[in-house]
Parts: sequence; structure tokens; C-alpha cells
Amino acid sequence: MTAQPGLRARLRGRMGAFELDAALDMPANGITALVGPSGSGKTTLLRCIAGLQRLKGEVALNGQTWQDGRQFIPAHQRPVGFVFQDAGLLTHLTVEGNLLYARKRADRSAPMIGWDEVIALLGLEPLLARSTANLSGGERQRAALGRALLSQPRLLLLDEPLSSLDRTAKAEIMPYLERLHRTLAMPVLYVSHDPAEVARLADRVLSMKEGRIVEGPPEGLAAEARLAGMSAEERDALALAALKAGLSSRS
Amino acid sequence: MEEVVWTTVRLAAVTTILLIVLATPLAWWLARKPSWWKEIIAAIASLPIVLPPTVIGFYLLIALAPSSPLMSLLHPFGVRTLAFTFTGLVIGSMVYSLPFAVQPLRNAFEAIGERPLEAAATLRASPLDAFFSVAVPQARRGFLAAAILVFAHTVGEFGVVLMIGGGIPGKTEVLSIRIYQLVEALRFDEAHRLAAGLLIFAFLVLLSLLLIERGAARRAP
Repeated sequence: MTAQPGLRARLRGRMGAFELDAALDMPANGITALVGPSGSGKTTLLRCIAGLQRLKGEVALNGQTWQDGRQFIPAHQRPVGFVFQDAGLLTHLTVEGNLLYARKRADRSAPMIGWDEVIALLGLEPLLARSTANLSGGERQRAALGRALLSQPRLLLLDEPLSSLDRTAKAEIMPYLERLHRTLAMPVLYVSHDPAEVARLADRVLSMKEGRIVEGPPEGLAAEARLAGMSAEERDALALAALKAGLSSRS
Repeated sequence: MEEVVWTTVRLAAVTTILLIVLATPLAWWLARKPSWWKEIIAAIASLPIVLPPTVIGFYLLIALAPSSPLMSLLHPFGVRTLAFTFTGLVIGSMVYSLPFAVQPLRNAFEAIGERPLEAAATLRASPLDAFFSVAVPQARRGFLAAAILVFAHTVGEFGVVLMIGGGIPGKTEVLSIRIYQLVEALRFDEAHRLAAGLLIFAFLVLLSLLLIERGAARRAP
């Protein structure tokens, strides 16, 4: 295999009702959104890339093999940052304890992002001393994101980090993610099924269907994403136009 | 009198420390990815709960006697027998209290779930590192409960220590045996004092366990 930059994954295996057979290629930077109905294998794919789960196949980042027919590098030896749907903060530690846990174990030979930078980027200063039990959903995800960054990953995997949040919490965390997007120089694979999120954050969209990757956004999502990118006024105007068109075609 | 208390406390403390060290890997192994054949091992480890102490004591006596195959392995090291010795008592107490260490630890490890360990793995913690930095601190109540239970259960044992200890004063005589001997000798005043002491001790143990459990329930999300 040539040392192509970015992430390359070929994974096959039985999972529940269908076969996962995914071929994923991602460039060395930018956010790639992975969309698709629940149960289509998005989370499984992410877990396999991180090494948390094992299916047959190959995974390589920037030409470095993490998994192929002969070897399987375990999760703790892969430079991956993972943000779980439920954040996965360590409950016996404070927010600062969680961040330190990551920093202590990070590969410091080539640090890409510093402590102060992460704290500032995600607005974590006021949360540091807090126990993980007393955080809102949005704060929890910010802490988890900061922790993942401090592990100095070369690939960031976000598994529906916002899906458990309500509208207000989403609106609160979105600016942080957008800032992250502008600052980070590493590939990010972002699982989501919210078209608005995808439209605001993603550089590319891949969709998954019954364990397979389909290039580009699924039908309907493109239009939805375009809608999500519009302001409320634009959307209202469009809806009104559609309504009028519908009415006039009837009469 | 002090001698008996000292022997009892020493036995309970040594048993607790050794048993926690030994039961932790077993409980961890049982808690990870459970399968039916692991339950066979779990059932064997739980046998001391249902077996009469005299049965445990009888088998241990045979195993620790000079003629046993186990002891013949130790003959080159100058150990002829462990029956009627303090070491023998510790071994017997560990067998007798094994389920009281394994069960709370296994429950505590299972309650952690996969997620914290997965999170630790994605933060470059090796499995051993994650065990000590995540599993042990998150299961601390389990460790506390196991230690309290083993200590108290060892203080309260009678049949096993009688069979393999023989109640040798200053060596293998513990409180429960002393009470039995005092009653046999019709020295009720002294028996009363010791019995009341053990009663209060048992009450305090149960109270502390309940407080730990309530604390755990309050902290759970």
C-alpha cells in the first residue's frame, strides 16, 4: 500500500442483522460527516477504526497500518481521539482530572495542541474543578472533546457527540465545534444524523446504508442540509413559495 | 484475654489483605465478558457459603496434614504440616471467606461497564493502566465492602478454625472459640463480656456496610 495521507479503512464482518462491508477513504484534514439511519453501522465503523471492536479488514492512517491481515494494533496504541455519544467521562475524576488523564498518557514527542489552547478553545476554564456529575450535556461533551484533543490524536472520531443534547445545548456547543474546525489540522470523522450539524460543520459527507458506505449525502439530506444552512426568513420565504406553488397547481 | 483478641484481629487482618489481593484478579476475570463456563468457576468460588464449616475444615485438615500431597511439596522447605498453625488458620479463613471477597468485587467491577475502560483505552491507557487508574478507583466501594465483610466473617468463623486450628492458646485460639470454652467451663460472666463485644462489633459492621451502600446509591446517576 502506498503511503497515502489520510485515513483508509476496509472493514467487513457480520454485525446484527446485516453484513458490514465498508470502504472508507478520508483526506488528511477537514471534517468528514458520516450520516445514515440508526443501525446502519456508523458507530461500529468508528469503533473498528479506533480499535475498540474488531472486524476483518484493513485500517491505515497516513500510510501507517493499524490493522491488516497480520496485525491488529490495540486501541490504546492508536493515536485516536474518540468522543462517545455519552461523552464517556471518567466519573471518579473532576473535569480537570479527566483532562490530565489524557495529557499524562499522550505522546508528547510531537504535541500538536497545548493545554491552554484546548482550555481556551472549548471554554473549559470554569468547568475544571467541577465533578463530572454536575455538568450539563453540552459541558460534558466539551470536556470530552478537550480530553480527546489533549491525548494528541492524529485522527478525531466523534460518535454523535450532540445527539443527546437539546436544542439550546446544541446551539451552545456549535460555535466551539466551528472554532475547532477552523483551528484543527487533523482529519475528523463525525457521525451525525442532524442535517443542520452536517451543513454547518462538514467539508464532506459520506452516508452509510446497511453497513455500506455510499458516497455523498443520501437523497433528501442535501436539500435538508441546504435548508438547515438558511436563515429563518429564507426558510419561511421558501416554504411560502412552495405553498403558493402547491395551491396554484391545484386550482 | 488480650492474647485472644490479638490473635483474632491479626488473623482477620492478614486474611483480609491476602484475600483481597487474591480475589481481585479472579473477580475482574469473572466480571469481564461473562460466559456460562465462567459461572462454573464462580459457583466453585461461592461454595463456602453453603458448605457446612465442618466440611471445609475437614478437607482443609486433610490437605494441610503432613501426609497430604500438598504438604509433601513443602517438605523440602522444612514445612511438615500447616494444621494447627496460624498459617493454616489464615489459609482456612481465606477459603472460608473467598465468596465474601469475590462477590462484592465482581458486582462493583460489573457496575463500571465497558464505557470508562473504552474511554481509557482511547486515551492511551494500557489494559493494566486502565485497571489501576479506572477500574480500581471506580470500584472502591466494592473493595471497602469486601474488606469489611471478609474481616467480619473471619472474626465470626467458628467451625473451620476449630477443626484446623484446634484452639491452641496464643497461637490459634480466637474469640469465638474462647467463648465456647468459657461456656463449657460455666464461666458465664466472661462469656457474656466477649459475646456482647462481638455483638456490638457485628452491628457496627452491618451499619457501616449499609451506609456505604446508601452512599453508592446516592452517587449513582
